[in-house]
Amino acid sequence: MKHSRVSPLRLLLLLALVSSLASATHGQEADDGAVSSPPRPPSNLQAVDHPMDKGEKINLTWDLSPDDPDNVTTYLVYRSRTDKEIEKKIDEDREKFIDAAKTDATEELLGEEWKGRMADLTQEELNRVRQARSTAAQQAEQDFVSDSASEDNVYKFFGTTIPGENEIVIDKLEREKSYTFMVKAVGTDLSRSAGEVTGAGLTPALQWFDGEWDASGGRFWLSIIVIVFCGSVVFWILRARSGKPIRVRKIAGLEAVDEAVGRATEMGRPILFVPGIQDMNDIQTIAAMMVLSHISKTAAEYDAKVEVPTARSLVMTVARETVQSSYLTAGKPDAYNQDLIYYVTDEQFGYVAYLSGMMVREKPAACFYMGAFYAESLILAETGNHVGAIQIAGTAMPAQLPFFVAACDYTLIGEEFFAASAYLSGSPEELGSLKGQDVGKIIVVVLMFIGITLFTLAALAGSDSELGGKLSEMGNFLKNVILT
Amino acid sequence: MKRTIPLIITFLGGMVLIIAYFIPYTQDWGEKAAVFFDVLAAIAFVLGGGNLLKTHLKKVSDRVAGWGYSVICVVAFLVTLTVGLGKIGVNPNAQFPNYAWSGIYDQVGSPFWWLYEYGFKPLTATMFAMLAFYVASAAFRAFRAKNFEAILLLGTAFIILLGRTFAGVYLTGFIADDSAFSGLKLENFTVYIMQVFNTAGNRAIMIGIALGVASTSLKVLLGVDRSYLGSGDE
Repeated sequence: MKHSRVSPLRLLLLLALVSSLASATHGQEADDGAVSSPPRPPSNLQAVDHPMDKGEKINLTWDLSPDDPDNVTTYLVYRSRTDKEIEKKIDEDREKFIDAAKTDATEELLGEEWKGRMADLTQEELNRVRQARSTAAQQAEQDFVSDSASEDNVYKFFGTTIPGENEIVIDKLEREKSYTFMVKAVGTDLSRSAGEVTGAGLTPALQWFDGEWDASGGRFWLSIIVIVFCGSVVFWILRARSGKPIRVRKIAGLEAVDEAVGRATEMGRPILFVPGIQDMNDIQTIAAMMVLSHISKTAAEYDAKVEVPTARSLVMTVARETVQSSYLTAGKPDAYNQDLIYYVTDEQFGYVAYLSGMMVREKPAACFYMGAFYAESLILAETGNHVGAIQIAGTAMPAQLPFFVAACDYTLIGEEFFAASAYLSGSPEELGSLKGQDVGKIIVVVLMFIGITLFTLAALAGSDSELGGKLSEMGNFLKNVILT
Repeated sequence: MKRTIPLIITFLGGMVLIIAYFIPYTQDWGEKAAVFFDVLAAIAFVLGGGNLLKTHLKKVSDRVAGWGYSVICVVAFLVTLTVGLGKIGVNPNAQFPNYAWSGIYDQVGSPFWWLYEYGFKPLTATMFAMLAFYVASAAFRAFRAKNFEAILLLGTAFIILLGRTFAGVYLTGFIADDSAFSGLKLENFTVYIMQVFNTAGNRAIMIGIALGVASTSLKVLLGVDRSYLGSGDE
């Protein structure tokens, strides 16, 4: 029997070949290493409720992946879906699955260019396509399977963080819903690590105070501004009570109230008061009632007739109380006629139609438009102008102001309208509140001046310089956080 | 007493709404307080309907000028109310076919829907369309060059109107887009006026309004201004 023998030289060559093959394979692994070795996952994922918010946020922190930063390009953050969101996702997946089946069925019949061919199909072919699509949809409906507990259905992508960053605030969460979270590291070749998941679910808690003072939506700065402003109003009211004289500039529109009422009395025609088309929960309607109180008191003293058609029944009720009290104060309770204050309709243009008709028929000598107005403002004011009435308007709707200015004799613009009651009453307390408003204006002017200065200096320093960047950042903080 | 109780209610209601705005924990309080307003408004709506009938029936009875319109108003009100509340001509809901009133009141094709589509909507559209004529007559009066301010207003309005039409683009089309005078092209000049002058003026008014709203609200809450409850005098 002849045994084959391997010579030492051949063995050496074989070993060299195996060695070179091994090293070549190893090199390939090194090149494609990421494909077969995704980064190791982050660990110790912790979720805690976000402090000082309105119960819509949770803070997440985690320990970075041991491969961070060499083999981590980003972290993917997921939050669990609520039951309703899972249902919605499954429904959407089902729709997509059915659509895909219908497309496949159409392609099978007409080929890949089926979209272009649809317009040229005969009725018979079209029916065949419809039948095929319908059958495919029914089959797909039966075939569709989705596991509501699968990771894809349970977790929803929220956002990303960069390597080295191990915290994120999850927002827009629903209150009273429990959430779990998951974080994955993404490697340089886009492969993903296993997910690190929080243990028990966490429910975002409603806090006592929404005190976030950054741009994340808190109301801290607004509360400070409100406290300062209200404090100044209260201070000036108290100061006015102590008897300090307060001077207020003349407002032509309010000076003309007596003139308008007097004119109506002389002409023996009614006064029309329109309190806008909003309900009593609108501050402009409340301000209108305050003005009505003074106008009806003057009218009572002059024995003039004030007619108040309203677009809201609650406004009618309040207007009646207001006018009745004014007549009582004027010492003429018997002259009060509640039938002159009545409800017309809630419908905007129905109300306008009534008022226009009424103005043309009764030709009021004076028309007051005080409150919240929309498109009806010009129709009313122009009709009043055509019948020759003296017209005084007051509103805080900036879009309607030009119409009133164009068509009325006097217009109370914005803050003048709100100052009307104080002005007409002449009460020191109320006039004091106007002084308080001025403090608010000073605050606004100072903040505007600071903002303009910061942005101007930032522009002069150059946006790419360190100083310019800081100034610009401060300006943006003022603009986007404090004043927003 | 007649004054004190409304003032207390106003103060409490206002404070609850303010607190609810700043303290998330009390957000529900604000929502509940707002429901009270809806309840009041719903009750007042019945009062309003009754008042509408009373006012117009009285006008018809007294034969005052335009009483015919009151007849139309009362008839329209009663017909719409009956048709809507009674769900006349409404088919039952497919889920509850045995219940005659299970359909929605404004079902397409129902008499209520017909009244709304072919009665109410055209009338409303007519009133709204009249606005175009009123704008023309108001503009004619507002843009009379009576004094310096009026001339400024007229000039600005002229530029804006031209700049928003093809005529404006055509008239200053000879100015190159990349020239130093491109800002004088009417369409660009219009944008500049709207973004700078108009925005500045608007913001000044808005700031005044915001301060006025806050101050008036505070006066009402603190009971400093009670004129909406009648005169400020006791």
